[in-house]
Amino acid sequence: MTSETVTTQAAPLRFYDVEEHEHPEGGSTMLGFWIYLMSDCLIFAILFACFAVLGGNYAAGPSPRDLFDLPQVALSTAMLLFSSITFGFAMLSMQAGRRGATQGWLVVTALFGLAFLGMELREFAHLISIGATPQRSAFLSAFFTLVGTHGLHVTFGLVWIATMIAQVGRHGLIPANQRRLMCLSLFWHFLDIIWIGVFTFVYLMGMLR
Amino acid sequence: MSGDAHHAADGAAHGTLRGYLTGFGLSVVLTAIPFWLVMARPLAASHTAILIVGFAVLQILVHVVYFLHMNRRSEGGWTMIALIFTLIVVAIAMSGSTWVMYHLNTNMMPPHEMRSVP
Repeated sequence: MTSETVTTQAAPLRFYDVEEHEHPEGGSTMLGFWIYLMSDCLIFAILFACFAVLGGNYAAGPSPRDLFDLPQVALSTAMLLFSSITFGFAMLSMQAGRRGATQGWLVVTALFGLAFLGMELREFAHLISIGATPQRSAFLSAFFTLVGTHGLHVTFGLVWIATMIAQVGRHGLIPANQRRLMCLSLFWHFLDIIWIGVFTFVYLMGMLR
Repeated sequence: MSGDAHHAADGAAHGTLRGYLTGFGLSVVLTAIPFWLVMARPLAASHTAILIVGFAVLQILVHVVYFLHMNRRSEGGWTMIALIFTLIVVAIAMSGSTWVMYHLNTNMMPPHEMRSVP
């Protein structure tokens, strides 16, 4: 004990870790990505709050009842829900170490995502063609911002899926790719959760107004 | 601290086929009912509104548990703490905005007779 004290005093004082403890590669990625998702959640919360405040200000323009086509919305909801379960199958294939099946399910997921995005863009094009543009009323500004931001997230999710299909094809299911796929899985399922809020508060509640 | 080195790639909980299918089945039901409620209108609008919000909350919970594999243990409980914190901030932002802006709107309404002025 005493000898130890003597040696410590002899060595120069250091107020930091001389030998840094181990940080395994990717050890904090999942938590970090989760915190990113939570911050994304706050972005959507603000957009939902905007819509809640402005959603009734039609400025004598069209109201949700004039614009929305519920069967169409139900179909795009189904597309996103199917893409969620097929992404689940991709993750199960990844856990089983089956590379081809993982890529296959990712392709199916991307196709459902593309179908969803196509339907959303067609709806936007239709609204703009009949004059219901974001400039028409506060309701439409809030609508295009909220739904458009979600659509943008889906677009980037699709880019990420395409990247991962290529990555898995090139390097296989290495730990780094597994980690990326797990982040992508969180991202994709998170987008589906946001869509639950969108179809409930924007479309269904809009029809009740 | 259970963050061993080899947990780097599988720190989060894994799903099972059963879990995914259960989550999917529940989601389909919890999506179909609110759409039916609004499209067929078996109830009054105010009741329908409360019910569809209830179904949305339930479906979000189903997604978080079955698709995001959220539990109290993942990442040593930190994901749960981050989630609870976010939910509190979201609740304050949403309820605060709607509450304040609703009262602002009602108090800033012009007197009724002004509307008839061309």
